[in-house]
Amino acid sequence: MARSLKKGPYVHHKLWAKVEKSKQSKKKTVIKTWSRSSMIVPDFVGETIAVHNGKSFIPVYVTENMVGHKLGEFSPTRTFRGHSGNRKK
Amino acid sequence: MARISGVDLPKNKRGVIGLTYIYGIGKSSSQKILSSANIDESVRVKDWTDDNIKDIRRILADDFKVEGQLRSEIQLNIKRLMDIACYRGLRHRKGLPLRGQRTRTNSRTRKGKRKTVANKKKISK
Repeated sequence: MARSLKKGPYVHHKLWAKVEKSKQSKKKTVIKTWSRSSMIVPDFVGETIAVHNGKSFIPVYVTENMVGHKLGEFSPTRTFRGHSGNRKK
Repeated sequence: MARISGVDLPKNKRGVIGLTYIYGIGKSSSQKILSSANIDESVRVKDWTDDNIKDIRRILADDFKVEGQLRSEIQLNIKRLMDIACYRGLRHRKGLPLRGQRTRTNSRTRKGKRKTVANKKKISK
């Protein structure tokens, strides 16, 4: 079910503050966050956000196409290395 | 013969059903089209007048995306997902289900025919 429009997109308040700060400082810094469920809003475009996947932070460079997705979608939590004996090329 | 947006419609079917042979038109949009063109749903496709067909064409062109256009839109949406490398895009690339379904069994629609890997382990040992 979709989130109520009245509430607007969910962005963790601390992440929001960090993004605001880095926008003002004009410096390109990587913002670390654990908040995978935060929506990417247009203000994030151009920032690099390191999203935690449970183990490490995956840097995500936010582009315009990503608006409306959640941060966690860009930081996969599982690694699949293939089955044994599955030699591919 | 009624040929609408590149598809031959079956002559002997009722109008509502006939229109659903177009990719992107299901029963409910077919009903909408016919009611806004003032054609009874039960009129057979072969009994449509030229004016009827013209009306239908106009409505389709104005309000609906069908056939090739629709297909290419879908492909573009998938491509966008793959380009931004989000989870759904990765699943598209791998040909696995996107919406969290189990893949231990089933999900044959996405994965295609079974590829059996028989006794690989025994041979290697």
